[in-house]
Amino acid sequence: MTELLYLGAGVAFIVGLKQLGGPRTARSGNRIAALGMLLAIVVTLVAQDIVNWGTLAAGLVVGGVIGAWFAIRVQMTSMPQLVAAFNGFGGIASALVAAVAVVEIGLSDQAPETVVTLILSTVIGAVTFTGSFVAFGKLQGVLPGRPLVFPGQKIVNATLGLGLIGVAIWAAVSRETSGYWMVGAIALVIGVMTVIPIGGADMPVVISLLNSFSGLAAAAAGFAIESNALIIGGALVGAAGLILTIQMTEAMNRSLANVLFAGFGSDSSGGVVGTMSDKPVTRATPDDVAIALAYAESVMIVPGYGLAVAQAQHVVRELADSLEDLDIAVHYAIHPVAGRMPGHMNVLLAEADVPYEQLLDLEQADPQFAHTDVVLILGANDVVNPSARDDPDSPIYGMPILNVDRAAKVIVVKRSLSPGFAGIDNPLFYDEKTLMFFTDAKAGLEEAQLALKNL
Amino acid sequence: MSVLVIGITVFVLAAFVGIEVISKVPPTLHTPLMSGANAISGITIIGAITAAGLGATPLAQILGFLAVVMATINVVGGFLVTDRMLEMFKSRRDRDKSSK
Repeated sequence: MTELLYLGAGVAFIVGLKQLGGPRTARSGNRIAALGMLLAIVVTLVAQDIVNWGTLAAGLVVGGVIGAWFAIRVQMTSMPQLVAAFNGFGGIASALVAAVAVVEIGLSDQAPETVVTLILSTVIGAVTFTGSFVAFGKLQGVLPGRPLVFPGQKIVNATLGLGLIGVAIWAAVSRETSGYWMVGAIALVIGVMTVIPIGGADMPVVISLLNSFSGLAAAAAGFAIESNALIIGGALVGAAGLILTIQMTEAMNRSLANVLFAGFGSDSSGGVVGTMSDKPVTRATPDDVAIALAYAESVMIVPGYGLAVAQAQHVVRELADSLEDLDIAVHYAIHPVAGRMPGHMNVLLAEADVPYEQLLDLEQADPQFAHTDVVLILGANDVVNPSARDDPDSPIYGMPILNVDRAAKVIVVKRSLSPGFAGIDNPLFYDEKTLMFFTDAKAGLEEAQLALKNL
Repeated sequence: MSVLVIGITVFVLAAFVGIEVISKVPPTLHTPLMSGANAISGITIIGAITAAGLGATPLAQILGFLAVVMATINVVGGFLVTDRMLEMFKSRRDRDKSSK
């Protein structure tokens, strides 16, 4: 009976995920999955002969209050770091579940496959934990967002990796619990070392991958404690995270190995910096921007991470409303890796009440640019860089971009001419149809909005 | 069939279901999908409850307590924040309705 109820929870997760795939059903999907979770928790509380009710109740209350506090207080611009932190908490919980089994029973009395899965869930959970919190630190600005690289880094990491495998095999064969704890400790270090050399703009890939890992850690714990509910939930999340990871790497035309190990965006890979920076650009005033927008029939807005940094999502929607009042068609073109996590820009614009029909993805937006009068680029850079299309020597050559240079006019709102994260100059800025409006996205849009009203 | 083989069977089938269900999600919902999936990975909470509820030694109880705290943050925070995000996703029709 208990197992059937757990199966019910698993079905709720599948139905919930299915419904999360459509904008109209997504909210009920999330609630169905949450009900499935509640069912699984209640069944566990009833079915297990719990003795330590005090400890358990305290843990549930403390965790519930902390989780709810973060969920309610977080700003939408900080969503990537919150999801990173939650991934980390899930990962370490799975590792701790395995650790308790080792503390209680030890390794010597376990079946061989149980020893293997205990070690696996510990390793995956621990890597997910520290990796997620390094990602959190980078996104929150506590750690530098650029790749942190040092000489001999690859050798150190390879040694750690081989050491982990060696100690894990020794622990599994000898059944020494000290070996188990060493494996856990090495895995914690590996999580840190893997994420520190990864730059901020590659975070969509990292968060997706850590999401997948948090699921795999739960599945591995499920094997160790023989729980199908954990295996089902973990496998679903592992698959979901993996699909997003693949979609993100495809959107950057990079392999997962390249994202994880290349230290992309560090000084060593930015060999072409400054080669074009002497060329003149056309500077625009708020009035120029307002006039260009007011006389357009169609405007496409391209948001990037700069929009999130400037918290400009509400201002851009107000500007878009004013343009629509002038019967100008406004759409938003969103590159899959714009921002710091998959769908980051969509959440920000949803917060500002932009209806989702106005948001176009790469495939939907691209054919539109040739018929667009004005493209307004807000804090995006590499995803609109034509050298990804035209220059085989460019480090980002082959990355699918938004071909904004096919529109009649391009306005770039950007704080300075500094190159993007990848350290690559952008020929778009020197194009004769491009107006450069050097300002903070929020302040700049407010000025443009004011100028538009005064026309 | 051994428990291990049953486990592997369940894992493989669930992974395929996951791939099938998720591969068609539009990019606009990627963030809520990820945070909802993240909350589901908090299913490890049932392992944590068992560990904390049955732990006999003090060390097991402390680790079990921490596991419950972390897993509960993941579950409660994950589902709540996903709901908060999805509340904001509106179609043009919803938006016109609420503003008039």
